Amino acid sequence: MADELTWKDLEVGNIIKEAGNASFRETGDWRTEKPILDKEKCVKCALCWIYCPDAAIKPSEEGYYESDLYYCKGCGICASICPERAITMIAEEEK
Amino acid sequence: MKAQAVKFGEKLVPTKEFLAEGHSFCIGCGEALALRLACKALGKDVIIANATGCIEICTSPLPFTSWRVPWIHTLFENTAAVISGVEAGLKTLTKKNKRPVRDIKCVAIAGDGGTSDIGIQALSGAFERNHEFLYICFDNEAYMNTGVQRSSATPYGASTTTAPAGKFSIGQITRKKNMVAIAAAHDIPYVATACPSYRFDLMKKVRKGAEVKGPAYVHILSPCPTGWRYSTELTVKIGQLAVQTGIFPLYEIENGRYRLNADPPKLKPIEEYLKLQGRYRHLTGEQIERIQEMVNEDYAKLKKKVAASPM
Repeated sequence: MADELTWKDLEVGNIIKEAGNASFRETGDWRTEKPILDKEKCVKCALCWIYCPDAAIKPSEEGYYESDLYYCKGCGICASICPERAITMIAEEEK
Repeated sequence: MKAQAVKFGEKLVPTKEFLAEGHSFCIGCGEALALRLACKALGKDVIIANATGCIEICTSPLPFTSWRVPWIHTLFENTAAVISGVEAGLKTLTKKNKRPVRDIKCVAIAGDGGTSDIGIQALSGAFERNHEFLYICFDNEAYMNTGVQRSSATPYGASTTTAPAGKFSIGQITRKKNMVAIAAAHDIPYVATACPSYRFDLMKKVRKGAEVKGPAYVHILSPCPTGWRYSTELTVKIGQLAVQTGIFPLYEIENGRYRLNADPPKLKPIEEYLKLQGRYRHLTGEQIERIQEMVNEDYAKLKKKVAASPM
């Protein structure tokens, strides 16, 4: 019976062991509209990156700023402040 | 390799997020935006005491936390008292050589209710004792967390659930408490107002406030789509309009010297700011004129103070 799990082996509850573990949460499913980036119009000014309240827009390796749909709540701030109108919001389709 | 910072002209903004993604702020929250920028400005050597409010509940729903910096949740009324204790403790440990020599900033954050209604006596006490800390008030102009109840920071004419507009009332019938003037009256070295729509201005002020010797106070206007009743994509625009119409001027008071940071040559009519928000929808032309008069009066007063300050 040595390998049986007892209550003593359980972890103590209500302790958060990792700082910033909220980043495992998917907040993208709140969304009703998603941002679509037109790379031809994008001038890489990073305004969308700095104004995203959910920190969902990440710099990509080619220097564009693309939204991570795992976090994006679809507020549309990026589309409204984009000086080149490179971001458009389109309705999420039903799964 | 991932970029460490994003370049805006000559300014570098770190890509590291000290406030993790996946927090539960409302869609399009101006407070989340302001907090994210403030955390970027503060960096990692910081201890944050956070009063109950939107920020506290949205960043720490157990078993998750959005914080990547040391953070403590306090009650509404004792945020400034807790951060005073943290600061005094750090000072003592430094004196006894019991901690590594590093500049650790003490920061208290609270909403407008936690600052101008409930926490004001602890805040006043901490200013008076001259603790070295920065107090940031995220002002969304009502108790948004519990369902848009009025606070003393709610502006004249706004409709809230406990001051609803109707046949006999225009909503909030009193004027907004001038928290910045109250902080400035303590003669502390640094007091400022900021708005997340003016991103570099906000980050500069938060950094300045954290680095100054002695207490500092930064008042940040945080547009709230839920409570102010506007479409979520307008957050940044509403913040800009608040500054451009003069209802929330950006200024700083450094050692008693006033300086306007954004001084438009001609203020936009206040109607442009009011008409975008559902909480002001009931206002008639006459009432808007009355608000315009109030704004003009307050702005003229501020201009006078700026003009009277030595350059």
